[in-house]
Amino acid sequence: MGATETTRTTAGAIAGAGATLKDATAIAGIGQTPFAKRLPESEKTLACRAILAALDDAGIAPSEVDAFASYTMEETDEVEVAKAIGAGDVTFFSKVGYGGGGSCATVAHLAAAIATGQASVGVAWRSRKRGSGPRPWTNTRAQLPTPAQWTRPYGLLRPADEIGLLARRYMHEYGATRDHFFNVALACRNRANQNPAAIMYDRPLTREMYMTARWISEPLCLFDNCLETDGALACVVVSAERARDCRQRPVYVHSAAQGLPAQHHGMVNYWNDDPLTGPSWTAARQLWKTADFGPQDVDVAQIYDAFTPLIPLSLEGYGFCARGEGAAFTEGGALEIGGRLPLNTGGGGLSEAYVHGFNLITEGVRQLRGTGTAQVPGAETCLVTAGEGVPTSALLLRS
Amino acid sequence: MTQMDTTTDTTTGAPTDTTADPTTAASGGGEGSDGLLAPVPDEDGAPFFAYAARGELRVQCCADCGEPRFPPRPCCPHCQSFDCLWKKLSGRGRIWSYVLPHPPLLPAYAAQAPYNVVLVELADAPRIRLVGNLVAARDAALNSVPPERIRIGAPVKAAFHATEGGLTVVRWLLERP
Ligand SMILES: [Zn+2]
Repeated sequence: MGATETTRTTAGAIAGAGATLKDATAIAGIGQTPFAKRLPESEKTLACRAILAALDDAGIAPSEVDAFASYTMEETDEVEVAKAIGAGDVTFFSKVGYGGGGSCATVAHLAAAIATGQASVGVAWRSRKRGSGPRPWTNTRAQLPTPAQWTRPYGLLRPADEIGLLARRYMHEYGATRDHFFNVALACRNRANQNPAAIMYDRPLTREMYMTARWISEPLCLFDNCLETDGALACVVVSAERARDCRQRPVYVHSAAQGLPAQHHGMVNYWNDDPLTGPSWTAARQLWKTADFGPQDVDVAQIYDAFTPLIPLSLEGYGFCARGEGAAFTEGGALEIGGRLPLNTGGGGLSEAYVHGFNLITEGVRQLRGTGTAQVPGAETCLVTAGEGVPTSALLLRS
Repeated sequence: MTQMDTTTDTTTGAPTDTTADPTTAASGGGEGSDGLLAPVPDEDGAPFFAYAARGELRVQCCADCGEPRFPPRPCCPHCQSFDCLWKKLSGRGRIWSYVLPHPPLLPAYAAQAPYNVVLVELADAPRIRLVGNLVAARDAALNSVPPERIRIGAPVKAAFHATEGGLTVVRWLLERP
């Protein structure tokens, strides 16, 4: 039809068969607070500090902000943030569910809103006092989503227990060992040891420390689990055109995807044909379908690491290796600087800070600006992922 | 048992031959006096616990296409029918995976740690893997089977344990202790 023809002729088109997010928007600013086990300020104050730092980084006035995106678990809402920082009239706001699975989707929602003309300056953020605040699983009344009746009475209480079941099965089916999980923990720790902002900056990890660490949920030990951190982060998303006039080198949102597979059950994905095929596989298919490059062209990866086994599972899902090969992929320093796929170059959730994966987004931006504390030389493309094992999201960024 | 299958009301999945309607009988839940968490069933899950209280392992199946589904839900993802029945299974399965939780845990669980949590693939419905505990006897402690006895692939059979909260949960015994 004629209407389709018309929209196709519009570059960076909004509607119709030619609609695309590809490189239409960019992350123009990033900001964060310090990370610590305990910060004295409130989550609201920390959110404002991170957002204002990101706007300052971009060189954009707070009054220009007209879009917000965050997580459903974020406890400071848009009303509070907008009036505190002095935002203008806001025409788009969105929240994404499933904890750390929502991280990349916050940026994706802003990119879609800006590319379709619903807003022009978007802020995504996460502020969380998970270091000094309560552990969610200790709440015995407000049980987390519906599967609780099938799992918690038996003492499957914590995310580490839920992922531990999948990890044990993965080890059994594919010969993955604790040494493979150690490879992941070590790569993240080594990068944190280069990053002064990281919680574990001055705490090296050895294989002996790992192998003798206390168990959390066998087969997972202390070092297979992410940190518990207070902190906040934010980033600013604008159109690609606008980004080129901003203070920093633009980092383009090349491709974005969310993933909720058919018959998926969240963190307790035990009731379908193949529990080890998680949401990363679904997000990946959409991500690569709309990208100009493939997994072999990714220079650096920021992969959600609440638990070490999520890395081999994600490496498989995002197509860096075949099913069952994710553990072997980590061998020979593949995840270190200079390796096949440098991973979580700021230290990740395992060793920099655990703020529901938002620090993976900001680190991806730093790498493509060339300003990482463990910089991958000449990095031009970065994969950022949100939590695997829950409905997830991912971004391909490029410089 | 067969009779109970055939006299099921296919709208609610409730047996019609009894005054104790399993779709409503399973209530309560929360924390038992032993501090362990009792199930807090939702409307879809309640029949599972009601049948468990009678010593039966049943799963929700589509009354039209016959596909089992778990966790229970209002309609069939294969044919979209809202009619269901609760099919009685053999109670046999195999350990698909397991973990041994250590503290920090809720106090009542920490007191038994390390205990086991197993995932049991049901012999009659392999896509369904029930979370449970491998125990030496139906009312034994969560840590009553030594960890070295737990193996992926080990055959197990269902046992029914009445929690202190009042609801009955399905536990697992080794077929070859
Ligand atoms: Zn059906």
